[in-house]
Amino acid sequence: MTTLALGPTAGTALGRINPVAQLAAIGVVTLVLLTSLDVVTPAVVVAAELCLLPAAGLTSPRVLWRRTWPLLLGAGSVGLVNVLLSEDAGVVTGVGLGLRVVGLALPGVLLVATTDPVRLADALTIHWHVPTRLAFGALAALRLVPLLVTEFESVRLARRARGVEAGRNPFARARLLGGIVFALLVGAVRRGSRLATAMDARGFDSGIPRTNARGSRLHTRDAVFVAGTVVVCAAAVTLSVLTGSWDPVFVG
Amino acid sequence: MLLTGASGSGKSTLLAALAGILDAEGAEVAGELTVDGGAPRAARGRLGLLAQDPDSQLVMTRAGDDVAFGLENAGLSAAEIWPRVDEALAAVGFPYGRDRATQALSGGEKQRLVLAGVLARRPGLLLLDEPTAQLDPPGAALVRAAVARVTADRRATTIVVDHDAAPWLPLVDRVVEVVPGGLVEHGPGWRPASRTSGLDLPLAEAGPTLLAAQAAGFTYRGTAAPALPPTAAVLRAGRALAVTGPNGTGKSTLALLLAGLRAPTTGQVAATEELIAGLGTAQPHRWRAGELVSRIGTVFQHPEQQFLTGRLHDELALGPLRSGEHATAARATAEELLERLGLTAFADANPYTLSGGQQRRLSVATALATAPRVLVLDEPTFGQDAATWRELVTLLAEQRARGCAVTVVTHDADLVQVLADDRIAL
Repeated sequence: MTTLALGPTAGTALGRINPVAQLAAIGVVTLVLLTSLDVVTPAVVVAAELCLLPAAGLTSPRVLWRRTWPLLLGAGSVGLVNVLLSEDAGVVTGVGLGLRVVGLALPGVLLVATTDPVRLADALTIHWHVPTRLAFGALAALRLVPLLVTEFESVRLARRARGVEAGRNPFARARLLGGIVFALLVGAVRRGSRLATAMDARGFDSGIPRTNARGSRLHTRDAVFVAGTVVVCAAAVTLSVLTGSWDPVFVG
Repeated sequence: MLLTGASGSGKSTLLAALAGILDAEGAEVAGELTVDGGAPRAARGRLGLLAQDPDSQLVMTRAGDDVAFGLENAGLSAAEIWPRVDEALAAVGFPYGRDRATQALSGGEKQRLVLAGVLARRPGLLLLDEPTAQLDPPGAALVRAAVARVTADRRATTIVVDHDAAPWLPLVDRVVEVVPGGLVEHGPGWRPASRTSGLDLPLAEAGPTLLAAQAAGFTYRGTAAPALPPTAAVLRAGRALAVTGPNGTGKSTLALLLAGLRAPTTGQVAATEELIAGLGTAQPHRWRAGELVSRIGTVFQHPEQQFLTGRLHDELALGPLRSGEHATAARATAEELLERLGLTAFADANPYTLSGGQQRRLSVATALATAPRVLVLDEPTFGQDAATWRELVTLLAEQRARGCAVTVVTHDADLVQVLADDRIAL
């Protein structure tokens, strides 16, 4: 939740790429990584993604860590679990699986780090004709996420003030957490319905075809970006085949 | 026009009906209401609504985009939209540019921005539903100044709903009060009765010190500036302490430290023998929750965050049970408190279904249920009408009279004036 609450950095090079082009590139990367099981393909893809970090303004190790620690933790445990639990999985396979998780999730981190959600909603509704009710509804809901993070803390403290605390018992802890999450959900639903009312009061449900004040244009650089992604993925697969480690999912 | 009246008198319902957003499901509807000679829903395009909570009204991440939202919905072209956005932002006196992140704004600034978004649509009927109820006094003044500016030319019909009539009087031409059985229009020169007049609070004798903060400060992890610089405070039995100061000076943080909910990062908060009463440590944040609840009662700014059960009766019995009291005794305490607060009729109701004022009284009552020697309350009088305000103040004075150390964090000058024995201005 905290990674979501960090929000985009303004004025990065990657941020100038149209969000739908970024999504298309993410689609290409996802397709390639989901179909290959070797270690070379994800290694090349991840290396290419790492080269994009400066373009996303993620140069300071601290900022990078704050945005990626849940992802790195996930990737590490996926690799480790496979090495420990699977009989025929060696260290190389484990590293490959961990790299795949990083390769799949890092583009998402880059998108969140560079793109104002409003621009994403603009691009989705204009170029891909996503219904405005869906795109801008989701956008408004996203604004409420940072509020949830601060509210979680107050609700937890409010429970202690009422004499409710879990102590060291793990079951009591789980129950307490469940109660807090439920209280937050109740609050979120109430706030969400107030927000929906406020949006409709400003004509969101008027039925008039909605215009877009900011617009969203596709440039040559967007096409170049998607083409570049295809080239990198093709190079990764080629290298993998040449080194003899190519192991696609669909060939069994 | 100002529409005023006590909480629960139905003024917000009337406003929702005018705005065409009244949820009539499962309700009994009588009579007829027309806007521009037709159903309010049909006139929706010509009215603007400003509600209480700015956070549940903003849609976009940047100020200009948010004002543009309502114009995009009206199908205007980009060339028409931006001049109207700038005009609306200037009209409400918004001090930043279009690119300002909405998250970086204060409550009062956010509410001004929402008002700009409403005005940009050029409504013929402007409805304001307690637009300052969730703001601190400076924020509320900002919003009232903005309303005064944009309604000065009287181009739109404006209806303000607020139980606190006085601050709006210079801005309006008519004052209508919702009373049981109908509406009463007040003539020019009408003034609401002062909520402090004739208030007879029980006096108390100062007792021993119960809790003291010595150079206690707090800094959030990963931030450089302290949320609360080192501060001293002494809580004595039979005395009321008021903590005042502008937003962002750490008033609520000090309340959390005194309430034993957070550990100070510098200095210390320590209870005296009188309050410790047999525990192993003097530092309240180290006490177990069950030990804390019988010694320090805390009331948060948003009452609904503190409710844990689905029945008022259970809600009041919970604290005594947690501090180890017998079930029969806990039930008796709960019944007595319900009786005292005039909530007996709601004993089986869900706390969430109560009105704002009733929820506030309930949250104070839950803190009293364990008869703690120390009470810490964050903005206990926020958004209360005159009647609930007097009830709350009386309740707090009674606690002080029984030897309780009462601490209030507040912006409410009247509360400080009638209740506070000691003051800390942050």
